[in-house]
Amino acid sequence: MVSNKKDNVLAVLSLSGGNDGLNTVIPMNNGLYRDFRPNLGIAEEQIIPLKDPTTGKDTGFGFHPSMAPMIRFWEEGKMAIFLGIGYPNPSYSHFRSMDIWHTCEPDKIGNEGWLGQVIKDLDPNSENVLTGVNFGRGLPRALAKEGVPVASVGDLETYGLLTGIQGEDQRTEALDVFGRMYSPTIGTGYALDYIRRTGTDALKGADILATAPGLYSSDVEYSATAVGQYMKNIAQTHLAGFGTRVLYTTSPYNGFDTHASQAQAHSGLWTDVSANVETFIDDLRGHDAMDNVTLLMFSEFGRRVGDNGSGTDHGAASVAFAIGEDVKGGFYGEYPSLDQDKLIEGGNLDHSMDFREVYSTILEDWLHIDPVPIAGNFTKVNFL
Amino acid sequence: MANNDIALMTHLLRRAGFGASRDEIESRAALGYEATVEELLNPNDHPGLEQDILFRYQPAYNEPAAIEVNVQQWMYYMINNPRQLQEKVALFWHMIFCAGHSKIDSGQEMSLMVNMFRDHGMGNFRDLLMLLSTSPGMIYYLDNSESHKTAVNENYGRELLELFSMGVGKDDEFNYSEDDVKACARAFTGWNIAPSYPPFPYGRSAWEFRFDPADHDDADKTFLGNTGNWNGEDILDMVCKQPATARFVARHLYNYFVADEVPVPSWRQTPPKDPELIEALESAYFESNYDITAMLRVLLNSESFKNARYAKVKNPAEMVVSTLRLVGDHQEIKPGLFEISQEPKYMGMDLMNPPTVEGWHTGHEWIDSGTLVERINFASDYLGQTDLPGVKGIVNRLMAEGETISPKQFVDGCLDLVGQLQVTDETYGELVSHAEREGELNHQSEMQQQDFVRRSGEMLQMIAATSEYQFG
Repeated sequence: MVSNKKDNVLAVLSLSGGNDGLNTVIPMNNGLYRDFRPNLGIAEEQIIPLKDPTTGKDTGFGFHPSMAPMIRFWEEGKMAIFLGIGYPNPSYSHFRSMDIWHTCEPDKIGNEGWLGQVIKDLDPNSENVLTGVNFGRGLPRALAKEGVPVASVGDLETYGLLTGIQGEDQRTEALDVFGRMYSPTIGTGYALDYIRRTGTDALKGADILATAPGLYSSDVEYSATAVGQYMKNIAQTHLAGFGTRVLYTTSPYNGFDTHASQAQAHSGLWTDVSANVETFIDDLRGHDAMDNVTLLMFSEFGRRVGDNGSGTDHGAASVAFAIGEDVKGGFYGEYPSLDQDKLIEGGNLDHSMDFREVYSTILEDWLHIDPVPIAGNFTKVNFL
Repeated sequence: MANNDIALMTHLLRRAGFGASRDEIESRAALGYEATVEELLNPNDHPGLEQDILFRYQPAYNEPAAIEVNVQQWMYYMINNPRQLQEKVALFWHMIFCAGHSKIDSGQEMSLMVNMFRDHGMGNFRDLLMLLSTSPGMIYYLDNSESHKTAVNENYGRELLELFSMGVGKDDEFNYSEDDVKACARAFTGWNIAPSYPPFPYGRSAWEFRFDPADHDDADKTFLGNTGNWNGEDILDMVCKQPATARFVARHLYNYFVADEVPVPSWRQTPPKDPELIEALESAYFESNYDITAMLRVLLNSESFKNARYAKVKNPAEMVVSTLRLVGDHQEIKPGLFEISQEPKYMGMDLMNPPTVEGWHTGHEWIDSGTLVERINFASDYLGQTDLPGVKGIVNRLMAEGETISPKQFVDGCLDLVGQLQVTDETYGELVSHAEREGELNHQSEMQQQDFVRRSGEMLQMIAATSEYQFG
């Protein structure tokens, strides 16, 4: 099971709820930003300016102050920032918009996740039950595809079958019985047979995953938050060398949905994400295991340009990030105009880049998969 | 009481409801099978769920906006509604007349649709299609609100025929043509949602249906060979008369209540598993003038139904609700309902949010390595909680079998009490040899009793983890 070949790996952190791109990568020199954000604008002296990593010149954009830990990766030239990312005719529903990002189907309701198809392409015969692993309860649609096994792990430290059975001996014995009860039988009917095979796969996956925390040692420390736990679990799984190619997790459900009290909430969210992303990359670098990983961070939409007093409502285009040793750092796409007549549908940023351009690049240049059947026909963004 | 009566009643209550406690099964078995079927078929003769308790403990239950609260409310109904068949039928229609929150984005509208299925799902099929066609949630979900006299959107017109009534085809034939789809869509132009009231100051109000005659295409249309100035209602009349519709509804009822069928898209080419029962259901459909209750009466009293025990993979809602009813938890409003209501989602069934208009893939397709872990861990966690009233009841009944019970008696008793679960010989052998490790069970001394309880909890967890427990 342990793979020596260093295949490229994609890690995804989905920022659930609609991240306010405008207060994440801030157009600090744009006067309209101040006009639209009288309450929630970040004071100029607090913004962390993003200087061009090669020339050192001001770019006119800056990070939210709580993103300080991530500035390193920008300065190293290992972080791509996608400006104005979105898709045509945006949906302002969390669920629908997230589904669109998951399935690459903005016009009709799609069933198959883009990463589910990736896993199928990478491992067509499901030889490795851990080619794709999700951290969190329930499978995001991005990873869903019929016949593709994907482990979904609530907490790697306690993951497994029959976790409710007290006592180590009792549980070991119970799992032995389970393994035998799920051994294949002949002539019991297709459904039962299928369930037993699946149970055997699940047990195999759980047995392998259960060894990951024991194999792991590190001198970095993640936060005691859901994002911290899941980023650590991703690192543990990657470092264990199970041949996992797609690692996925989601920040607490709808956490970025900052309709009210955004100043505090957004700051807290990015403090958490930035610290754990930094720890994650340090962790992997410390184990000499970062060079085949690209981390993608996105949200289903951005937020309304004008604030509503203490928060912002659902919007359209936002920003996304990719970090990795092979990432060519810099800005991609154009920051959407804040001019009133360029805003769409009651004051939202229009997209200048389609998320499927980024997906296509990852698919072709990182995972070496034909992007067209999965993402459609899009121009690549050459950040890898 | 004859063991077979108990087994049959257990089966009936598991299919025509979400299972029941052993006490309820025994008292109903004493009442008789047909009498119980009649009681289930006539929910309005019996008291339903006491709604005032919901409102008293959780004021937010009054027309909540958030989807999560609506799913919780439905979960509470499924667990506690004494009119179990009505609740089971609501889920049945939700899985066919699919509309999802991901697009509708209103928990309130989703609940209104589920309420409609609960209140009218056992009534006349034509009435139900009429309610569906005028349901603002459905009109929005399938874009009929975007269908105009001058620019027809075929989405609702097509799905009404393909997924909600006739089906693509039967006996290798096609049931309708593309021209019929176009005519159907034209007949439903002008069936729209009235402009909403402003949300301030009283909050969002429910959407209302409005027919706009000016936006309705009232030219002649030819539908299924009949030409006339058809409106949506005329289409429904013609659709309901079709043998294809009788077949489609019958197969869906069979697939949900009797045994897993092949997936719906294969129905045109694949004959029904049980043609005799399907024919009987089709006759009941026409003889009763499209009454769903009449069809259910035929179905539940048929030998095919009675013999189809454990022939279906439980859907996630069934897995969660029947397990909770078995262990007797969440029988009153209490914290934790939110977590419970999320469980079906973890198992691949996001209630009120089906993946597409085609709904969920059922049968063994509910199971993958992620969902199976969730199903096993959920069921075994609950069955292992020996302080829950339902589990206590099981342990007491096991103890009542004698001062000393053998490992084999113990396994037999546990399988019997989780719903007369039928397991393969291999599974049975494993369970017995597991029980044999600690020998026979006694419950004279306090220590023996504690041991008995612990071993019961462990055995019930093992049973909940079997592949056989995935079936219902």
